[in-house]
Amino acid sequence: MTLLTRIAPQLIALAALIALVSVFFPGFLAVEFSGGRLVGPVIDVLKRSAPVALLSVGMTLVIATRGIDLSVGAIMAICGASAALAISSGLGLAPALLIALAAGALAGLWNGVLVAVVGIQPFVATLILMTMGRGVAQLITEGRILTFTDAGFGWLGSGVLLGMPVPTWIWVVTAAAVALVVRRTALGLLIEAVGVNRRASALAGVNATVLLIAVYVASGLCAALAGIVETADIRGADANNAGLWLELDAILAVVIGGNSLLGGRFSIIASILGALIIQTIGTGILLAGFPSEYNLVIKAGLVLIILILQSPRIAAEWSLWRDSHRVEPRQRSRI
Amino acid sequence: MNTRALPLYATIAIFLLAYLLAWTQFPNILSTRVLGNLLTDNAYLGIVAVGMTLVILSGGIDLSVGSVIAFSGVFIAVVLRDTGLHPLVVFALLLLLTTAFGAGMGFLIDRLAMPAFIVTLAGMFLARGAAYMLSIQSVPIQHPFFQTLQGAYYLMPGKGRLTLIGVLMLLVVALGMVIAHRTRFGASVYALGGGEQTARLMGVRQGRTTVLVYAFSGAMAGLSGIVFSVYTGSGYSLATVGTELTAIAAVVIGGTLLSGGAGYVLGTLVGVLTMGLIQTYIVFDGSLSSWWTKIVIGLLLLVFILLQKGLLKLSGSRLARGAA
Repeated sequence: MTLLTRIAPQLIALAALIALVSVFFPGFLAVEFSGGRLVGPVIDVLKRSAPVALLSVGMTLVIATRGIDLSVGAIMAICGASAALAISSGLGLAPALLIALAAGALAGLWNGVLVAVVGIQPFVATLILMTMGRGVAQLITEGRILTFTDAGFGWLGSGVLLGMPVPTWIWVVTAAAVALVVRRTALGLLIEAVGVNRRASALAGVNATVLLIAVYVASGLCAALAGIVETADIRGADANNAGLWLELDAILAVVIGGNSLLGGRFSIIASILGALIIQTIGTGILLAGFPSEYNLVIKAGLVLIILILQSPRIAAEWSLWRDSHRVEPRQRSRI
Repeated sequence: MNTRALPLYATIAIFLLAYLLAWTQFPNILSTRVLGNLLTDNAYLGIVAVGMTLVILSGGIDLSVGSVIAFSGVFIAVVLRDTGLHPLVVFALLLLLTTAFGAGMGFLIDRLAMPAFIVTLAGMFLARGAAYMLSIQSVPIQHPFFQTLQGAYYLMPGKGRLTLIGVLMLLVVALGMVIAHRTRFGASVYALGGGEQTARLMGVRQGRTTVLVYAFSGAMAGLSGIVFSVYTGSGYSLATVGTELTAIAAVVIGGTLLSGGAGYVLGTLVGVLTMGLIQTYIVFDGSLSSWWTKIVIGLLLLVFILLQKGLLKLSGSRLARGAA
């Protein structure tokens, strides 16, 4: 019940959005079963939201510790490039995936150490990898777009399992697993504690340093999964464009999910809903026949609305205004 | 010795050392031609980095500048194509627009009390989206006035070309130095970056300073967009993706503290030239690939941030000793 009230704004927003898109494109909710798979715009949204949904899982944890991870797009490029290189040089599917995940974990470890041990602000620390990461990815692909024909790897991006696209399964399972781990154990609470006050939680016996590093590694792993899905989908690793701008979409998804950028309480499900909202807007704009250029402007408007809703100063002024109106009649009666 | 200026000295030393190393390998790198090109090729980056320096000094960040540069280029190209306005009028209109845009972001950052990077992130989306809406294709600029601007240069001894936009960048750096180090506004910016609470107690008008500093950054991004359109002779909505990061990197390599409050505008120029030198070296070498630029810049960024961390710790312990 509390979960439902927590995610109610996101659910309402998503429902309103779907209704709005349906007005412009009546067949939006139509789903049919053909050739062993479900087909329809909604299924397309569930598939295409995979990279942002995956990234937003890791980003939620990072933001809950009052951090930010700007490097996830670059990590996606690195992991996609290493997976593609491993596949095209004859290694099997399993080693290729392991290499990609290891690369993501290593990138996350680098960020985590810079933030937790060296003590650089998260925004700056991850900026370094954001600048460098694409260079590293280009180093791996030697500046080319690495293509491959491995059917097993391609299945991860465009295959079907039990009627649903494989990328959808990947993000659903990842989000569910992470949500279970942080909510069925004390881990989520500890992450929130570090986000609210790192010093206080360290004094209370939380190993904040290890926890912070773990959170950035988790974000790196999520980025690796997103990179694998995207690379598998286009059957090629593009070091320049893989995951470009996606760090911003992921942050936007987390913020739409109602998670505060100032750290503390978080909800992974709400972030996932945020990712779905972003993808519904993107797909909806295309289906409704608007040029896709509107997408960025609409996103900007969305960020602005959310900022106003989240703003501590506006909230304070609003309650002040409300209180003053409440008090007024009593004062008058006294006179 | 002034520890605050230490990063600046380190930047200058690294730049000179790198130039020396490059010179021993390729003697031609020390010619007025290369120097002239270094200024011309990095003119737009230098101008936008000056605006970024002030924003970072105030403890903020402006992620919208790359998109604003792209928007400026497309705006100029489309307006020149569709109307008979003189380019100078278009420039004035554009500068007005981008300055107002920056001021608007500054206003939101101050009024909403939200992190600057998320507000300017929205600005980045908005400016890039507006550029897309004007035109997705690259629009060429064929106005004769642009040819005059592109052809304007002073031939230095050794046949190096000191172009108009290169000189403009140096002038902007000088202007930035005056504003940051010699005006009341500059002092307010430093104070704000040093700590909001103390700045307010000192009597700095926080809201006004925040709005002005982002307006300045917006104006510089617009000016940089003009320079970029002169440099490329076209407007393209996908241009200068990621320039905000390059500009931030230049500011940090230039010795400005990313948390604000300490740094020099002159350092930013050296930072821009250092990054330009890396690119020039890669071109001279011929066998190195362009992605090494990104990796080396990232490493330089790391080194300078670590250096700043070390210095902060040093001055912190000195303060502690002084208090005891």
